[in-house]
Amino acid sequence: MSTRTLPLVFINLGGEMLYILDQRLRAQNIPTDKAKKATVAGWIEEDRKRVMNDIITTMFNKKFLEELFKPQELYSKKALRTVFDRLAHASIMRLNQASMDKLYDLMTMAFKYQVLLCPRPKDILLVTFNHMDAIKEFVRDTPSILSQVDETYTQLIEIYTPLSCGEFQLIRQTLLIFFQDMHIRVSIFLKDKVQNSNGRFVLPTSGPVPYGTHSPGLIRMLSCNGEEVKRLQFHDGGNYTAALREGSFELFGDRVIKLGTNMYSVSRPVETHMSGTSKISSQHTKVNTIPNPLAKEELNLLAKLMGGLEVRKPSNTDSGFRVNLFATDEEEEEALISRPAELSYGVINIQATKDNLANAELAKIMGEFTESDEPVPSSSSKGDDLLAMMDGL
Amino acid sequence: MAKMYHREKSIQLKSSASALYNNLSVLRLAPRSLTHFAVVHANVVNLVSASWDGLNYSHRQLQSKEGNVATSSSLIMQAAWCVLPSRDLLVVASQKGIQMYESDGSIMVYWHALDTPETPTAKAIFARGIAAVREKYICVGVSSGAVLVFDVPSKGSNITLSEVLEEHTEAVTDMASECSGSMEYIADLVSADDSGLLCVWKSGGDFQLLNKIPGFDMSCSSVKLWKGTVIAAYGTGQIRLYEGVTGILHAEVNAHARWIYSLDIAPFTGLLLSAAEDSFVRVWHLNPAPESNSVEIEHLYNECVTDTQICGAKFCDGDGFAFAVTGYDLIEIIRYTQA
Repeated sequence: MSTRTLPLVFINLGGEMLYILDQRLRAQNIPTDKAKKATVAGWIEEDRKRVMNDIITTMFNKKFLEELFKPQELYSKKALRTVFDRLAHASIMRLNQASMDKLYDLMTMAFKYQVLLCPRPKDILLVTFNHMDAIKEFVRDTPSILSQVDETYTQLIEIYTPLSCGEFQLIRQTLLIFFQDMHIRVSIFLKDKVQNSNGRFVLPTSGPVPYGTHSPGLIRMLSCNGEEVKRLQFHDGGNYTAALREGSFELFGDRVIKLGTNMYSVSRPVETHMSGTSKISSQHTKVNTIPNPLAKEELNLLAKLMGGLEVRKPSNTDSGFRVNLFATDEEEEEALISRPAELSYGVINIQATKDNLANAELAKIMGEFTESDEPVPSSSSKGDDLLAMMDGL
Repeated sequence: MAKMYHREKSIQLKSSASALYNNLSVLRLAPRSLTHFAVVHANVVNLVSASWDGLNYSHRQLQSKEGNVATSSSLIMQAAWCVLPSRDLLVVASQKGIQMYESDGSIMVYWHALDTPETPTAKAIFARGIAAVREKYICVGVSSGAVLVFDVPSKGSNITLSEVLEEHTEAVTDMASECSGSMEYIADLVSADDSGLLCVWKSGGDFQLLNKIPGFDMSCSSVKLWKGTVIAAYGTGQIRLYEGVTGILHAEVNAHARWIYSLDIAPFTGLLLSAAEDSFVRVWHLNPAPESNSVEIEHLYNECVTDTQICGAKFCDGDGFAFAVTGYDLIEIIRYTQA
């Protein structure tokens, strides 16, 4: 459907990922006994900043974003998950499978909630701006990264603000298809009573109506020359109030709506209820097979992402920082074992030897990235290295 | 308010409904005491046929396979039955084109591909808005704003694209033909688009544009035509009643708190059904007032489908005795009948 969804998915999911990682890095930084036991080493503030900066630098890599902003269909869930796996590991921080699964669940359910609840389709842009504002705050002390983020911000405004309400509705409908049948329960939503125990979100029938909408309840009848001849009230069954003012679509300003702002804090930690996915979802969840997960564009994106990104392997594995999205290591292990099979993302494993056609294409794309690199003995060996790296995803 | 309708046993679907305008079509087959339902899930159409005694259900799923393309299947925008005097066809509008099936979905009789460029363009390409008009026409809207008119023979697969109507400049959202069954009204068809523009047409060898009713930069997501009156629903939650031929605005209703996704009319009684993202289904009554040459609307009933963004709502019969509702992420069709 809409060919304008991918940048919004990437920025909003990326924004949610940063909120969660920031909160976990801060939490693990607290030198309580519990935290000490649960983590490899105590985090220091410098490490947190480094991780955030590294991930944001990678997210807003110029070449990658150029690719991202080209009109294209939304990728499969698998391909997108692979991108975020990669992004999460763009720094010295490491997440194991269970923590990565949980991180991705939290990100996707948060963005699904925001897309579903945004008052008007166009407000998806304000949700995105809330994420962008927060990302800028994360890197406010690093001007080089900040200007990188601002460039994308300007691009977002240029591309998206002229779109009609119908195009935004198409974007929203495309996103809702992407998130369809995901009913993972998130404890922060359950506690706030915005999610039901079956995983469905609560839709209020009260509060302000969207900007540009009148509260329901009035019928006006007009004569042939446009004069009002009759005015009737009806009981609308809800409890709506007048619309709030419209949020700012400028680079700076009050977005008015709160969706997309950081809902986590040290006192509101990150948690998920994984085992408790509803019966309905576990019975009917189907792997989203559209579009083709090995489509050229998807490989292209992965390749571009990698082109802009050096894999940082901690020189000494013992000194690598590991972040745990669970309270303890035991819980994390348990989560990996007990995760329902249908919730497994099955991250794409690109086999360097299997699909020759896709491979040739990928190698070609990879080739484009070797140009600016230092001369290598043979271009094919460089390609092989990159393919091998993708195998390891 | 007395409870006008009560909830009945739901019909289970094979997969959940997607958030698309008018995402429910109902075909009532009186001779066989059957009702068919069609609901779109991403790239699949869920077809359910239910016997009137509520004892038998049969399911079928259609994939949007397009001709020769072996790659990823395309997303479907709408599926609707078109009832012509000689035959009923199921029409499926997708990103790649338009498919027409026999009414039970068993055989594809026609396929029309949309012109899709190799690299995706900024403007999405799709078909949306389906209506059967008079004796032999099926009209389908396109994202370019074009309305394709297909000439359908009384049997066989010799369906031809007879005309392309180019009055809309924004993506077509919905289309409806005169549903009263009476021949006394001049207008046969109304088409709506993302800017809210409504085009009123007279069918024939050449379709004739009778009137253009301007929009106000807000999508008209669902439209109906009944006894010459255009009933249009918008993203603002408003419903407007226009006289089709003149464009005179008879009534304006602040009907819903969010985007309206579906309208339907029970042609014999003038009951109007509206349903929106705000989780409400409302029933209205339209009353032609010949003395003032206008039409009046009164509100009759609300139903709140808790925590459901409704995407489809249709009466199941011509009197509005029963209606059915679908919602985003919902894996059932909810039914209501008059108490």
